[in-house]
Amino acid sequence: MRPLTEDETKIMFEKLSKYIGENIKLLVDRPDGTYCFRLHQDRVYYMSDKILKLATNFSRDKLISIGTCFGKFTKTQKFRLHITALDFLAPYAKFKVWVKPGAEQSFLYGNHVLKSGLGRITENTMQYQGVVVYSMADVPLGFGVAAKSTQECRRVDPMSIVVFHQADVGEFIRNEDTLT
Amino acid sequence: MGRKLDPTNKVKRGPGKKAKKQHGAEVELAKFITDEEEGSKRLSSRARKRAAKRVQNVEKPKVVVEKQPKKGFTDENSKWLKPTKRKRKMDEPESDDDSEDHWEEEEDEEEEEKQLMQKKKEKKGAKLGLKKLEEEDEDSGDDDEEMIDDYGTLDDGSEDEAEGNSDGEDLLPIERAAKKEKKLKESMALGSDEDDDEDDEEEEDEDDDDDEDKQKSDAEDEDDTIQTNTVEVDKFRLPSAEESEKEGILSLDLKTVHQRIKDNIDVLCNFSAKREEGKDRVEYISLLKKDLCTYYSYNEFLIEKLMDLFPLSELIDFLEANEIQRPVTIRTNTLKTRRRDLAQALINRGVNLDPLGKWSKVGLVIYDSSVPVGATPEYLAGHYMLQGASSFLPVMALSPQEGESVLDMSSAPGGKTTYIAQLMRNTGVIIANDANAERLKSVVGNIHRLGVTNTLVCNYDGRQFPKVMGGFDRVLLDAPCSGTGVIAKDPAVKTSKDEADIQRSAHLQKELILSAIDSINAASPTGGYLIYCTCSVMLEENEWVVDYALKKRNVKLVPTGLDFGKEGFTSFQKFRFHPSLRLTRRFYPHSHNMDGFFVAKFKKFSNVIPSAAAGKEEEKTEAPEAPEATDASKQKSSKSDKANKSKAGGLQQNAKANGTAVRKSANIKSTGQKDSNTGPKKAKIAKMDEEAEKGTEAKKPAGKSPNKPKASKTGKEGGKFDKKQGKKTKMHMKGKNRMGKNKFKKLKHKWQK
Repeated sequence: MRPLTEDETKIMFEKLSKYIGENIKLLVDRPDGTYCFRLHQDRVYYMSDKILKLATNFSRDKLISIGTCFGKFTKTQKFRLHITALDFLAPYAKFKVWVKPGAEQSFLYGNHVLKSGLGRITENTMQYQGVVVYSMADVPLGFGVAAKSTQECRRVDPMSIVVFHQADVGEFIRNEDTLT
Repeated sequence: MGRKLDPTNKVKRGPGKKAKKQHGAEVELAKFITDEEEGSKRLSSRARKRAAKRVQNVEKPKVVVEKQPKKGFTDENSKWLKPTKRKRKMDEPESDDDSEDHWEEEEDEEEEEKQLMQKKKEKKGAKLGLKKLEEEDEDSGDDDEEMIDDYGTLDDGSEDEAEGNSDGEDLLPIERAAKKEKKLKESMALGSDEDDDEDDEEEEDEDDDDDEDKQKSDAEDEDDTIQTNTVEVDKFRLPSAEESEKEGILSLDLKTVHQRIKDNIDVLCNFSAKREEGKDRVEYISLLKKDLCTYYSYNEFLIEKLMDLFPLSELIDFLEANEIQRPVTIRTNTLKTRRRDLAQALINRGVNLDPLGKWSKVGLVIYDSSVPVGATPEYLAGHYMLQGASSFLPVMALSPQEGESVLDMSSAPGGKTTYIAQLMRNTGVIIANDANAERLKSVVGNIHRLGVTNTLVCNYDGRQFPKVMGGFDRVLLDAPCSGTGVIAKDPAVKTSKDEADIQRSAHLQKELILSAIDSINAASPTGGYLIYCTCSVMLEENEWVVDYALKKRNVKLVPTGLDFGKEGFTSFQKFRFHPSLRLTRRFYPHSHNMDGFFVAKFKKFSNVIPSAAAGKEEEKTEAPEAPEATDASKQKSSKSDKANKSKAGGLQQNAKANGTAVRKSANIKSTGQKDSNTGPKKAKIAKMDEEAEKGTEAKKPAGKSPNKPKASKTGKEGGKFDKKQGKKTKMHMKGKNRMGKNKFKKLKHKWQK
């Protein structure tokens, strides 16, 4: 386990900022204690310094997970957000998409959001903007990328994709083995 | 189309109509018969018969035969009836249809028939079977003659008797006398209860007994009749050895086995009254064991264990409960939602649910659901966790406080871990450990799904733990176990476990519990608690392990805070455990409708807790610790433990132990003895005994000799009391004294030698 390098921090923050913008600051400077990011086996974990200190007790190969896993660096040094980061993305998300109850299930099975399933969408969403997907009951279901801007969404036919799927909470079951 | 159906219907309808008619007739008949026939003739005749039998064995057959012709007949009837007798069997249906007005005639017919049969039987006993068959036909054919037929069969019975007696004529006088006695006995036993059927059966039984006496080779056949009888009479008899052999080859159907289990338990519950003469309880038990094994498909070992554990009536409940699944329960994740909101959301999805119980504010029971409960959007969003009701209990007992550091030693799949986190509101630190890396994936998944952020997941063997990290405020040890409490979940347990498995897991549990205790920081201001729980009902994996821990470490049991559940065993067969084991809790599937579970809550003593009790405890720790100091092999494990304690105290103790060697050794010995319930483990005691004996023998002249003359128990006790008064509660003292006495006696003997 080690702190992230400059590059890694930059890559990761760029990725995060797609979803929560400048709210990243709120993640780092928290009123309830010091929180930090650490790299452990190519994965980025977000934890309080309390846990961080304790984690030094454990040998690297025996340590499975510390705090919350945000995502991992691929071999090509790109950062991939995991669904486990949703808890920290959802409260700070700048652009949101709500899906209708009928389309919930489809999204949770890993499909894109179609226009027919689109309940609401934040105004002024740009194309390819990172968005967090909610159910109509305001339960965060995952995140993705807007395939169309809000304006376009109004016009397109019902079967066209409006949000590309990136991660959804169904992965907690589907990809349990690869979460960390 | 209707016509096509008709023929079949007709056939069915016919007897139905008849039956209706005949029911009415029956009632009427019954009145008359009881008045005239039953009251005067039948009963009295049988009574007379019996009386006659008792008085004069030899002449009985004749008496029986002669009496009956007198009873029923007018001369006219007999005249015209006699020729019809032979036809009668063929004509029966017609006579059935006769109106009730003719009942007298019918009866007469009947009786004549009986007579005939009797005669026939007397002529050739071999025909008996045939006759019976015919009569049975009559029985089944028409209800009208049911009553009469009954008499017929009764008569058969008497005839059997008669035959038996005629056979009896072949008997030796001694045998006859024996028979007579037996009958007398039984009649006495029955008292005034002169129910015909019973008598019959008894008599048959008697006959059987006699036969058995006579020739054992016939025993099998006779036993068959006994069996059928016993079911009716509600008197349970053990099958003979031959029969049980037969069973081995032809497996009985489960119904009869079930019935037999019931009967057997009935007998066992009221053994002195219902037992069969000359049969041991052991025989009943072994039969019951075998039956339970076949009926519930357990292996013999497990059934034996369970039989020891539960009273018989409860055993069946337990076994039955293991055949049924426990209700599905979920726990609300209060980090993300509230129970009311969750319940509403789930109801909207078509789930039928209810609050779990008064004892839980977060539990919900799912009765049925139109959607898979483990895959609803709410589940995926982490609003609840699928978790057995029994899994709530250890965490509730642990009652973690905010900001504490908690170790969950075997955490997979993370249900209890996340519950701890939610009770701590995501503050403090939870170390979730599990020995199995594969199973840790589900822990990680669940932790993230439920939004728990204060958890560190690691993959150590629990036994290494105090070395990896210690000083926890609370530790939850959900020990790996044989799973005998969750047979409903995993029926493979029924057959896969044996003695070795239990011992193996018990051993592992003992190792784990020690390392768990060692990982606790006794000086923690809020904590210092250990919860030990298993999903096993076995004593070896529960009370025994707890007792072991009590002896090995400076821990005491405290109330679990669970207001239901059964108390743990303090004594069981050869085992005698510390009385405080009453504070542990057992949960059973049959009484609490949750998985079988065991929960014990320990508090680790502390030198640092600034209370008066702490001082006492501190001294108390001397006893267990001093032996450890002598015991080199144990030092490793106890090292960290000691390290956790204030060093000053520990040093002091050590210094004491080293410095005042003579006194100390005696002291240790006695306290060790006295404490055997609370303090150090037995093995150590034994060791200490040896040491002490050696030591005292060696040091006798030096240190102890002045005390020796005083060696009278009272003197020593007094001394002990004075020394220990501040340290122990009265109860402990008592135990101490007693032990001390014994110990002292032993020592005295040695010294005298």
